[in-house]
Amino acid sequence: MEIKTIGVAGTLESSDIQIMISKGNDGIQIDLDSEVIKAYGDQIKKVITDTLEKFGISNAKVKATDKGALDCVIAARTLAAAQRATETTDKPELEVLQ
Amino acid sequence: MENKVNRELPDNLMSEMNLKPFTSATIGNPEVQRVAPKVRVTAGEDKVVDSLDDVIKNNLKDGMTISFHHHFRNGDFAFNKVMDKIINMGYKDLTLAPSSLTGVMNDKVIEAIKKGVITNIVSSGMRGSLGDFISHGGLKNPVIFRSHGNRARAIEEGDIKIDIAFLGVPVSDPAGNANGQDGDAVFGSLGYALIDAQYADKVVLLTDNIVEYPNTPASIKQDQVDYVVKVDKIGDPDKIGSGATRFTKDPKELKIAQMVNQVIINSPYYKQGFSFQTGSGGAALAVTRYLRQSMLDDGITASFALGGITKPTTDLLAEGLVKKIMDVQDFDKGAAASMAQNKDQQEIDASWYADPHNKGAVVNNLDVAILSALQIDTDFNVNVMTGSDGVIRGAIGGHQDAANAKMTIITAPLVRGRNATVVPSVETVVTPGDSIDVLVTERGIAINPKRQDLIAAFGKVPGLQILDIKELQKMAEGQVGIPKPLEYTDRTVALVEYRDGSIIDTIKQVKD
Repeated sequence: MEIKTIGVAGTLESSDIQIMISKGNDGIQIDLDSEVIKAYGDQIKKVITDTLEKFGISNAKVKATDKGALDCVIAARTLAAAQRATETTDKPELEVLQ
Repeated sequence: MENKVNRELPDNLMSEMNLKPFTSATIGNPEVQRVAPKVRVTAGEDKVVDSLDDVIKNNLKDGMTISFHHHFRNGDFAFNKVMDKIINMGYKDLTLAPSSLTGVMNDKVIEAIKKGVITNIVSSGMRGSLGDFISHGGLKNPVIFRSHGNRARAIEEGDIKIDIAFLGVPVSDPAGNANGQDGDAVFGSLGYALIDAQYADKVVLLTDNIVEYPNTPASIKQDQVDYVVKVDKIGDPDKIGSGATRFTKDPKELKIAQMVNQVIINSPYYKQGFSFQTGSGGAALAVTRYLRQSMLDDGITASFALGGITKPTTDLLAEGLVKKIMDVQDFDKGAAASMAQNKDQQEIDASWYADPHNKGAVVNNLDVAILSALQIDTDFNVNVMTGSDGVIRGAIGGHQDAANAKMTIITAPLVRGRNATVVPSVETVVTPGDSIDVLVTERGIAINPKRQDLIAAFGKVPGLQILDIKELQKMAEGQVGIPKPLEYTDRTVALVEYRDGSIIDTIKQVKD
């Protein structure tokens, strides 16, 4: 899936995560800022990576600002940002979240 | 060595500092020896001085212990004023022994540590940048955390020997008769500072309001006071306490509060003349509101309310639903103002409130305590000291002390953000599970298995979901996942005492 623009989803509210996806050429590079980075940093990165790979993105720069989101929220925000970045929001790929 | 709540304590530190491991929440009837302060006799000399510099220069020596109270909370001007001078005068190796440390003091404490002015700290707690600094190894010697009752004990028994107490007050007369109830920066009860006034060798009052002799009511008395220092402004009234206490609209907190009220009114303690202590959190304040309605409906009044006091509690006093308030500190303006108006709002000192080694503290007469928790584990041990990142961000306060109540209820949401509140093992044990009777979360309540009587009593209450605490822990884990264990270095940055001075846990330096 080709990244055409910068895609952003999510807010900086408590229990949410803001994901910004832009073009990359060295795998999925995640810059994570989280209040729970020590306890859940690896898990958050894994959910983002898995979601993007399932959606068909294997190269991207991701800036994630986490405010204590649960995994389901992280996956949903990642998918929304990815669809905006790939300009495919007209076809929601909800099965990625299954 | 391991103590009775299965915490590994560092052997070298325990023997070096001659510390005992925690064994039991039962205090028993030990005989203890108290100490007395040294008194420099004055009779009729003028105690009022303009120069704080002179007072410090003539009395403070390197290596001494100085104390402050935290009744001004974030509106405190006394601490930074005094510490600034002490730092600038180049003192070294002081022990800082305040009743607690509030956010407004943080930067000054860090500066004093960095310059070698402060090399030891004993406190109820600390938060923000100071907690972060200590947790990252900023101070060589471990901080000692004590509850309010335990601090009174430690002072009485000489574990803390205060050389000079610097006590800010909103009003004093020239001889040192002072209280917290008059002036611009009123905070109500002077409860924690009264111990310092009684046991420090030198007592220095700082005030912006010197009134005609004699000033009454005199909480601090002239026979205890060496100097009265006149300052421009002692505190910021707007930052001492929250203004009007707002009733929470958070549905989770409201649900918890309703369940807490169900627990109270269905307990064997809810009868004419019962007593209770609530904290200042959103859920605790809401409990007071639900409890009020139940008391009106059932025609029941309470003999007393205890603790840190808020306006919803003084409203109950004004309404006659609570007969007396035993008041060691006031959390808001309404409660502080009420003390001056209502003789049934009795100021009590920290020893009277909660000291485990006296001839009977009010906490021993308490029926129901409602307390909060950062974490609670499946053994009911409670952490109110370190965050889920292992960093110091809290205070023991009166937690261990009030948990002496006949029924101690912990209120906590199951999770906060992505952090579970009910966990397999707390980061830091502050209050032993043995003192805790009921946990109330929005998903249900858990009862300590040793309280079969409560399990039987609450089992009959419709709508009160009783779960095993392990089920609540699993529920929380199901929501947030299993966290990676925190990493610490071997270095101990703080010791947490139980009420009797034994060590219940240690806090290690966090690894980053």
